[in-house]
Amino acid sequence: MTTNRALGGVGGYLDDRFRGAQGFRTFFRKIFPDHWTFLLGEIALYSFIILLLTGTFLALFFKPSMTEIIYHGSYLKFDGQRMSEAYASTLNISFDVRGGLLMRQIHHWAADLFVAAIMAHMLRIFFTGAYRKPRELNWLIGIVLFTLSLLEGLFGYSLPDDLLSGAGLRITQGVLQSVPIVGTYLSFFLFGGEYPGTDIIPRMYILHVLLIPGLFMALIGAHLFIMFHQKHTQMPGKGRTEKNVVGAPMYPYFMAKTGAFFFFTFAALALASTLAQINPIWVYGPYNPIAISAGSQPDFYMGFLEGSLRIMPAWQWVVFGHTFAFNVFIPGLVPLGLVMTGAAFWPFIEQWITGDKREHHVNDRPRNAPTRTALGLAMVSFYGVLWLEGANDVLAQHFDVPLYTITWIARFAVFIVPIVTYIVTKRICLGLQRKDLHLLEHGVETGIIRQLPSGEFIEETRPASEEVRAKIARPEPLALAGAKAEGEGEADVPPPGMRGGLGRVKARLNKVVTESIPVNGHGTNGHGPNGPGGHDEDEHAHAAVGSGGQESGTDQPGA
Amino acid sequence: MSDSTPGRGPGDSGQHGDLPAGAETGSTNGEEAQASPHRVIGTPPPAQARSMLGAAAVNVPAERERELPADPPDLASAKRAERIVAALFMLSMLAGLGFLASYFIFGVHSVRNVLHSNLALGGTMALAFLCLGIGATIWVRRLMPDVELTEQRKPLRSTPQDRAAFAETFEEGADASQFVKRPLLRRTLIAATVPVAVAPIVLLRDLGPLPGKSLEHTVWRKGLRLLNYGVNTPIRPGDFSSPGGMITVVPDGYQDDFNALAKAAVIIIKMPPGVLQAPTVMNWTVDNIVAYSKICTHVGCPAALYEQTTHHILCPCHQSTFDAARGAKVIFGPATRALPQLPMTVDADGYLVAQSDFTEPVGPSYWERG
Repeated sequence: MTTNRALGGVGGYLDDRFRGAQGFRTFFRKIFPDHWTFLLGEIALYSFIILLLTGTFLALFFKPSMTEIIYHGSYLKFDGQRMSEAYASTLNISFDVRGGLLMRQIHHWAADLFVAAIMAHMLRIFFTGAYRKPRELNWLIGIVLFTLSLLEGLFGYSLPDDLLSGAGLRITQGVLQSVPIVGTYLSFFLFGGEYPGTDIIPRMYILHVLLIPGLFMALIGAHLFIMFHQKHTQMPGKGRTEKNVVGAPMYPYFMAKTGAFFFFTFAALALASTLAQINPIWVYGPYNPIAISAGSQPDFYMGFLEGSLRIMPAWQWVVFGHTFAFNVFIPGLVPLGLVMTGAAFWPFIEQWITGDKREHHVNDRPRNAPTRTALGLAMVSFYGVLWLEGANDVLAQHFDVPLYTITWIARFAVFIVPIVTYIVTKRICLGLQRKDLHLLEHGVETGIIRQLPSGEFIEETRPASEEVRAKIARPEPLALAGAKAEGEGEADVPPPGMRGGLGRVKARLNKVVTESIPVNGHGTNGHGPNGPGGHDEDEHAHAAVGSGGQESGTDQPGA
Repeated sequence: MSDSTPGRGPGDSGQHGDLPAGAETGSTNGEEAQASPHRVIGTPPPAQARSMLGAAAVNVPAERERELPADPPDLASAKRAERIVAALFMLSMLAGLGFLASYFIFGVHSVRNVLHSNLALGGTMALAFLCLGIGATIWVRRLMPDVELTEQRKPLRSTPQDRAAFAETFEEGADASQFVKRPLLRRTLIAATVPVAVAPIVLLRDLGPLPGKSLEHTVWRKGLRLLNYGVNTPIRPGDFSSPGGMITVVPDGYQDDFNALAKAAVIIIKMPPGVLQAPTVMNWTVDNIVAYSKICTHVGCPAALYEQTTHHILCPCHQSTFDAARGAKVIFGPATRALPQLPMTVDADGYLVAQSDFTEPVGPSYWERG
């Protein structure tokens, strides 16, 4: 009967034509591992869908034109004022189309959420090492998507042609124009002549609604297909190995959960758009190249570029009648380039340093890759300093600190804070490793105090549960190919891979990148946290009793 | 936890047979027909099934344990959850109806109406989605039986046989195409595609005019009056009763021309006597009134903030700060160049006019500026 239901009617009709039963069966039974951080990418995906839906609605009413008109709409304050059709039609969407303001606000909130979710998702992928082989190419697609999302956001919020976004556009043009050799030409070609001209809004519009969303759809499609084909990564846990995927099946569990999650995302955006006003363009007024409002802030994802422009000292060369405007193009291009290029190359750099060409499907806990985690957080703090500096005027006002002082602090902080963050993060990771190791070797403290025949008091411990041990077990780092075995002396000839200048660099980097608290004996059995064998059981029992030899090995300053 | 049998992967089609649904019914005997439903997840035992599938799965073991339990362990709790979920879905439906009603009830065309409309539409929409989300979540967590399945990963790398077979196929194809063997064809084909590949770039040439010298000039010229922006009236030096704030001025006749104003916007400041000093060009000032370009030399924002006591002009975008008393030279921030000074004088009627255009390019730096 059930079979009839599944393969009769429409299902049968389709299967007669496409032979889908087997494929869909596999699809329905696809296993989705569960971890709350896996939802971050879904937020990005659902924001994107909501952006498509609301954006289509807005496009029905928006006029991407810089033709000047006299406004006679419902927003009486601007009655009779000259403004571009783009701005006037945005006012109309807000005040004369039912649901228009709601759609505009959902669209804008969704854009912010989209970028924020992409950032969070990327950080999750980075810190858990989920970008490792075989997923490096999907990581690169993700970076392209992130870059596109910034561009798409910038173009999108510039479309209404209001005073706030106009300032952003002017800055964009100034940065473009500062690029050595080609900058002036790029600017003239983008704007159809001198700034502001009358071409930029229609041009940004077609990029914003057709070209970039098309790229988005193609790349998101590839991103999801690759993820689907390679299957999900999973966090370490009992029964989870490099050779399996543990979780609930797509149908009905994941379908229902992800459906619910889509509703939550939409609900959150609708609620934000109901209660929290965003981008009130009627407050800013129509664009005018000679006016600006103080304290104007871009959307959050552009803040770090604003900050890097503010932080930069006034450096410039004039060589043979040509200007190198370091004060503009360095802050405009370098931080973004540094973060994006660094992120793009990192998987391959890490592979080269560690020599680890194995497939990885079980993620690292961030503490178990201290150098990676520290590098990532150093990058985050670098971004954070720039981002805060982008709001230095707001900070100056709120905390009553002179504006220039904040900029001077930020000029140093942008170098110092990442270094400090790196060191502190690494120490914290190693400390957390010690804590894990202690738990593995000595078990859970029970609170029961026992007196030994010798009169000594000890606290009784019991071995950590299998689930806990599987979760915190640390995969052993792969020794660099040809590296010295443990017993070998110092005077050995270095292996071929480590000879020469580059080899020595590699060897040194390898030491830094694989730095971890050594696991005593067989505390973890390789990279298969597959449930410990009897040998491990013995050792834990032993450790639990033999607490007299306190912290044996765990505190070795081997790190 | 039950392991998936390897036979359920997509690569094992042989086990199931490849018959489309409904095909070849009756070509097999009844026992096999009874066994067939087992290949479909969630089917009842064979006795209940009257399959139309025919002998699709001859080799599947006759009895297979179901991987997903049909019901949650606690049916009473599930019943309660069912009611809660149903209530949430009803609430969602009501909120959805409320959204539809709000669309027609609340008008727009005024700020006040729009606020009410936005509140009603957004509130009902959020409630409708929220109830759906909560309901679906409770459904999954309380009504669907808890399962954890394990799926085996297959190696991503193809087998050596497959790789070798592919390599053969590829090479055979390459040979058959003659692409490798006939360099003349290969090279001329590549040569033919080069112009076509370059064409799209060339086609973009007309996106804009070449810069030429356009960035070096503004619309200011000798005798052009300075208009007080906004009211658009010419200005006499005597209009300043005392030293004071900053006034934005625009060239007469260009007050609505954004392209002109983007370069030609000017600020004038009346200074107390004796404050203006070099490198300010005194010959270009009138009665302690000095005129500077309003376009920041950093990235072109209007340098719109002026602090009277310190004579500092501040650009709000990136906080480049210029000293209005000393030729608007940079005293803080990322700008490298002073704001250009507009040569100014008075005409026969006593109004402020330009002596000439700016003597250097205004606005942000660019490669050809020098």
